[in-house]
Amino acid sequence: MSILAGKKVIIIGDRDGIPGMAIEECAKSAGAEVVFSSTECFV
Amino acid sequence: MDLENQKRVKEFADQYGPENVVVLLGAAEGEASGLAAETVTNGDPTYAGPLTGVSLGLTVYHVCEPEVKAEFDPAVYDEQVSMMEMVLDVDDICNEMRAIREQYCKYLG
Amino acid sequence: MRHGSILRQCCESVRAAGRLLHRFIAINRRESTDRKIYLRKAVNPIMKSVIKGAGYILVHTPDMVLHNGTTQTTERIVNPDGEYLKELPSHLRSFEQTLSYWPNQVYIGNKTPDDLAAVPQPWCDKECDVKERFGHFGQIMPQEEFLLLMQACDVFDLVKLEQGFVDAHRAALAANPIIDESIMARIPEQQTAIDEIERLVKEEHSEGLYHQDKLVGCVNRAHDIDVNLSAHVMHENIVSKASSVLALLSGVKNAGIDKDEVEYVIDCCEEACGDMNQRGGGNFAKATAEIAGLNNATGSDARGFCAGPAHALVEAAALVESGAYKTVAVTAGGCTAKLGMNGKDHVKKGLPILEDMLGGFCVILSANDGVSPEINLEILGRHTVGTGSAPQAVIGSLVTDPLDRAGLKVTDIDKFSPEMQNPDITKPAGAGDVPLANYKMIAALAVKRGDIEKADLGNFPVKHGLTGWAPTQGHIPSGVPYIGFAREDILAGKIKRAMIIGKGSLFLGRMTNLFDGVSFVIQANSGESAESGVSEEEVKGMIAKAMKDFAATLMAQAE
Repeated sequence: MSILAGKKVIIIGDRDGIPGMAIEECAKSAGAEVVFSSTECFV
Repeated sequence: MDLENQKRVKEFADQYGPENVVVLLGAAEGEASGLAAETVTNGDPTYAGPLTGVSLGLTVYHVCEPEVKAEFDPAVYDEQVSMMEMVLDVDDICNEMRAIREQYCKYLG
Repeated sequence: MRHGSILRQCCESVRAAGRLLHRFIAINRRESTDRKIYLRKAVNPIMKSVIKGAGYILVHTPDMVLHNGTTQTTERIVNPDGEYLKELPSHLRSFEQTLSYWPNQVYIGNKTPDDLAAVPQPWCDKECDVKERFGHFGQIMPQEEFLLLMQACDVFDLVKLEQGFVDAHRAALAANPIIDESIMARIPEQQTAIDEIERLVKEEHSEGLYHQDKLVGCVNRAHDIDVNLSAHVMHENIVSKASSVLALLSGVKNAGIDKDEVEYVIDCCEEACGDMNQRGGGNFAKATAEIAGLNNATGSDARGFCAGPAHALVEAAALVESGAYKTVAVTAGGCTAKLGMNGKDHVKKGLPILEDMLGGFCVILSANDGVSPEINLEILGRHTVGTGSAPQAVIGSLVTDPLDRAGLKVTDIDKFSPEMQNPDITKPAGAGDVPLANYKMIAALAVKRGDIEKADLGNFPVKHGLTGWAPTQGHIPSGVPYIGFAREDILAGKIKRAMIIGKGSLFLGRMTNLFDGVSFVIQANSGESAESGVSEEEVKGMIAKAMKDFAATLMAQAE
């Protein structure tokens, strides 16, 4: 069973890891619906 | 995790039902990934945000984990993320994530 | 015979004119292979701006960690009785401990990035063999002196200090070599009684100023209703301004110029000053220049989160190169909000609170002196709206795209200075080693382009990178901490080119989801000062003179 297809996805990206917007593109390509996308910053 | 982000996670879990929500992380390290994963499953371990004492048990993955990576369009992943695999300690991240999921996730398929 | 002689002279004059033209073209062609730039230069030869000097300062503010850092102020609201706030005070460092901290000594120039790279991490449990508070880039100021400097920088009678506190520390600030009488004269003789300060904090919403956990003063609100002039905002802004003054004065001193030579100041901190009708109206730059005594300067503020300094330096270089201003200072003070930002992780791991330092920097750019390293505006990296936020796209836009345009390889840049955050601070907080992560990405792109072999991946950060030493003060680490060292390394012939990279988290302002970044290259001076070039007018003049001489010879011979 797929993890992402048809699911509501919340994205918590990281400025110095993978930013939210980059993860968003991936999630959409897997058929997920992105309901929230954010990028955190520790510096 | 940022307090506003915790608030949003809680609201979306309430709105759509926790079983329908998946959280994807992009943290730079294993430990930070584990802390964020713990926050959306067992509750905020730093006792600061709206998820303190709230065990949502959401399904959570790091974007570099093989389970979710297999579901992305490879071309999109290659363009958006792949280079960071050379930068991040992916094994450490995967180990931390797996441990948290096994312990706290309530909706694994 | 006679005709032959005239013909020879004629040919000689034409050859001389040709040589002049050739010299003119050669000079202007030397720098660039880009035809568009060549044509522009042929009309108006451009002199690159140079880095005349830089200043770097730190201020130790342990009490502001407790009272003004947002991690702590948030914790006081959401978890006032929690373990963290109880534990925190015992993790604060003494001033002496901050002096013997390796990264701090690198920041003010007493140690080099190479020295630091040779010290095994972590650094917080090791003592640096140099413990000086003054370095050749600037200084580390203790909190007590800084509170007095804040009062000197306040022109609205908002900073109140207790009489005994001022009496005890006035002499120390006056003895500071960078502080002159004009600044000391701004600190009134008559100060405030502690009862009145306590009342202001209790009844008037004033922001307390503490030293060694004791109330010694306060910052009053500047308006009863306007939140933009609240005591909290005024405190934050006066701290930024005061630390910027210290950096600006250090930069001017290190550049070896007269204060009156500075014609423009750009402030690139991350604060905003204004009132309810223009919240970010500005202008820190001019306010700072006023206190620093730069009477001939005007200025403005440039903002771009952590990328602000890199944007500001590109703008400053363009102002100098265009001839609009001969000398421009780019300056920024520190940020109280970020003090102790990752304190929870540091305390949890039994580490000292390492984010107890305010940072400040200043870079002075001036017209080409024929010696100092130049900023090359022909090699600019820019993260555009269309670049996206994929890490490889970001690094590509900032590093490899501009190098491609200039026909350079990644290895043609001797040192890259992306975000120079101190890994001693970021690693325990889960943000990793930020400079190292940047170097790994640049190296990965270099392999992809064939600029380096895959086997050289591991060595790239050592050869072309630096170990981070800057405090996590947002804009302060972003590329600029290396400029002082880059100037020295280029002048000493150790390196030829350095790339400064600034990156900014625009999405934190909730106005856009975009990321940001900008980069530029500093290079060895090409040896042409603003005085030594040959302009089109000069060439025309020289040719006209040669023709006139030739005509005069002809006339004389005809007679």
